[in-house]
Amino acid sequence: MADIDTGGGKKVSTKVDMTPMVDLAFLLVTFFMLTTTFNKPQTMEVNMPEKTDDKKTMKVAESRTTTLVLAENNKVYYYSGSKEPQIQLTDFSATGLRKVLLNKVKTIEEPIVIIKAKKESKYKNLVDAIDEMAITGIKIYALVDITPEDLELLAKSPY
Amino acid sequence: MTAMCDMAFLLLTFFILTAKFKPDDPVVVDTPASISDVKLPDANIMTISIDRQDKVYFGIDGQFDREKMLEFVAGKYKVGFTPEEIKQFSLLSSFGVPVGNMRQLLATKDKSKIQQPGIPCDSANNELTDWIAYARYANPKLRITIKGDVNSSYQVVGQVIKTLQDQNINKFNLITDLKAKPKTL
Repeated sequence: MADIDTGGGKKVSTKVDMTPMVDLAFLLVTFFMLTTTFNKPQTMEVNMPEKTDDKKTMKVAESRTTTLVLAENNKVYYYSGSKEPQIQLTDFSATGLRKVLLNKVKTIEEPIVIIKAKKESKYKNLVDAIDEMAITGIKIYALVDITPEDLELLAKSPY
Repeated sequence: MTAMCDMAFLLLTFFILTAKFKPDDPVVVDTPASISDVKLPDANIMTISIDRQDKVYFGIDGQFDREKMLEFVAGKYKVGFTPEEIKQFSLLSSFGVPVGNMRQLLATKDKSKIQQPGIPCDSANNELTDWIAYARYANPKLRITIKGDVNSSYQVVGQVIKTLQDQNINKFNLITDLKAKPKTL
């Protein structure tokens, strides 16, 4: 290798130390080895009830049911039971729906939630609603079609 | 020292090249987040995707199954496919055209240039039912997953779920992104 001729006759080596480059190379290899398995998307399992042709619906104790109606603009209307229900409005924030559901979990033995979605709602609302079931630990819930009675109830409500 | 450095770069190149990429979907779907951390299974999945404009796309994995499914659908809809077109179809990870436009889709080389209109699945004309039925006929072990966009309207999703229920499919998965479980309840 050529030596640089400095005035005092000192020899300066121009050899580069390769150790940091090798370290970097190994780090990159390790990174790629570990990240090639990270691409699997997660899934949510959904079980639907069987579609029966006759209008046989399961009788459930109405005191334990809460019905959620998913509407446009991330709004969630809810009411308890089905005799003269009072419609209330909430949203998907942590202080909204989750608090309502947690109250139900505290006060009712095994709460049942019925989820109905208006056609103006978005898929995200549905996924968030089912997710809230998982977060609050409500095991019994069902996704059903919205009925004209529900739409009337919503229209009559003050919201 | 140089030998070790060479080895390291060879290994790095090997891993970069063998990292498998997701097959190109014709559709960009932004899935909503959920706390569910059940992983998607590796094989035998049927994916029904719904994009933000409510267009429905369908795909299954397995080239052989795709060919069998296409042959059944071709029989029902009385459309003839050449072996070349069947081969092209078996390479498609998912598609969203009515059967009538399928040959045209298979003929174009650069599929990402075409705006695929989606598979019809309204009650008047529900082609999705046939695709699902024949896919399961070709591969009975298929698991059904729905990959919906955050902004797709519930109406289309409800219609897809109803289509599945009509075929007595009551267990399916919704593909979501992971979000952290809230700590304080």
